[in-house]
Amino acid sequence: MPEPVGFFTDTSICIGCKACEVACKEWNQLPGNTPKFGDGFDNTGQLDAENYRHVKFVDLVGDTPIVTGNGNAWLMMSDICKHCTNASCLEVCPTNAIVRTEYNTVLIQQDACNGCRDCISACPFGAIGFSESSGTARKCTMCYDRLQANMQPACAKACPTQSIQYGTLSQLHQKADARLAALKKQGYDNAQLYGRDDSIYGGLGAFFLLMNKPEVYGLPNKDNAVLPRRNNRMGYFGGFVTAAIGIVAGLVAFRSRADAPPAKGAEPPASAP
Amino acid sequence: MAEHFVQPPHWEWYIVGYFFCAGLAGGLYVLATLLRITGSPRNDAVVRAAFLAAFPLVVACGILLTIDLGQPLRFWHMMINTTPGDGGLNFKPWSPISLGTWALLVFGIFSFVSFLLALWRRGSSTIFEVIGSVVALFLASYTGVVLSVSNQPVWSDSWAIGGLFVASALSGSAALLVLLAHWRANSSWSEPRLDRADRYFVLLEAALIVVFFVTLAQAGTLAKTFSGVWLVMWILVFLSLIPALLGSAGSRRTLSAVAVLVGVLLMRYVVIFSAQS
Repeated sequence: MPEPVGFFTDTSICIGCKACEVACKEWNQLPGNTPKFGDGFDNTGQLDAENYRHVKFVDLVGDTPIVTGNGNAWLMMSDICKHCTNASCLEVCPTNAIVRTEYNTVLIQQDACNGCRDCISACPFGAIGFSESSGTARKCTMCYDRLQANMQPACAKACPTQSIQYGTLSQLHQKADARLAALKKQGYDNAQLYGRDDSIYGGLGAFFLLMNKPEVYGLPNKDNAVLPRRNNRMGYFGGFVTAAIGIVAGLVAFRSRADAPPAKGAEPPASAP
Repeated sequence: MAEHFVQPPHWEWYIVGYFFCAGLAGGLYVLATLLRITGSPRNDAVVRAAFLAAFPLVVACGILLTIDLGQPLRFWHMMINTTPGDGGLNFKPWSPISLGTWALLVFGIFSFVSFLLALWRRGSSTIFEVIGSVVALFLASYTGVVLSVSNQPVWSDSWAIGGLFVASALSGSAALLVLLAHWRANSSWSEPRLDRADRYFVLLEAALIVVFFVTLAQAGTLAKTFSGVWLVMWILVFLSLIPALLGSAGSRRTLSAVAVLVGVLLMRYVVIFSAQS
């Protein structure tokens, strides 16, 4: 069994060039969506079935002039499926089309998925999209076919600044710790690792160095990183209690002994006790 | 406060229709069993109508659920594991959508048997119907739980949707039985009793809607399902319950039942669509 692998994405050195997006689309033969041009530099929009990589542009530049942004004024982050240790998508998938591979990554088997889309409602990162062309859910495979050929994923290979680094998780953790320590030393107080430890879904196969709070990048914080199954017990309990009350109410309403048989041809009273 | 960064699964009209039909099918089966348990042969016409209506609704459930899939011909992947080397059945008790698939299949068998017996004007055993009713209640409930067991705003912020869907399944099926009884001979005994049951169920549904709102308020996501056009729809849902709560007779009873049914459908529509808007 190979050692678990993953991505370490250092957002502090991402320049928003989108080379990762292009390489991903090229290798995975994704035609992409029609670009959307709005109030910003992001014309990809979101992760979906056509975008396994998405470079987010977080514009925190205020209307008034600022002296220093402490690395926060303009944030860029190449987002991707996090290949969670405790994966919400894998948890709910009814067809077992979503599996954990020998590399510890999370993969949707395209020939097994039937397009029920429960994984999309479960993924807290919005990393899965529904493909109209294949009728299945799709997301980053971490270039499973390249891994099998001992090649690194296309996005990491294309990244010109090494913002996206691929490797074994143990190596990547060491690199991330060293990089965080260096940034802290330089005075970047908000710098933090996201998904490096097990506080976010048991640890992420694709983890990040962020320059601000996770919410700023559209990532759930520790309190909101929760699994769908948390609602199983109370959900069924609510249904059970309601059903029990409903059965009693039905039996009371249907009881016949308190009602006199209606006179022939007469309409029974509406509010009979 | 709950913050969500999830994408919507685009569960739309087919799923609304499925949840509606599953609730009514389950509710009809339960009410027929309860009417049978109360023992009056004067309910037989309505009991028969309920069993006759439940099975076609289950068939509709299967059709709606299948055509909603991106790959409808792979509907059987819900039950059979096609992963090379794994094989066997797909049964994940912690995944409501997996449990619900099996519940739909099992309830399909129960409702089919009861349908055939009703067609031949024969009664099945009470034990059989009680077990079928347990599965029916699960079917009505899990459709709500499957929403809660997600990371979607609104859905995952409330544990009350399973209960809410059970209550509305009972109120909707009682309303449907009022309509069926109204158009059938020998149902004058059952009609006021169904009307009374519907009043209780509608009261339960109203209470569960309030619980649903309270849980959303606690999570800080009430505005998501309470803004703009959704607020208007919730008001309509509440208005649809009022005639049944007040009680009525004759043609007004029929109108009241229609209002309840429309409200049941509308409530599912608002819950499903507002969270994905």
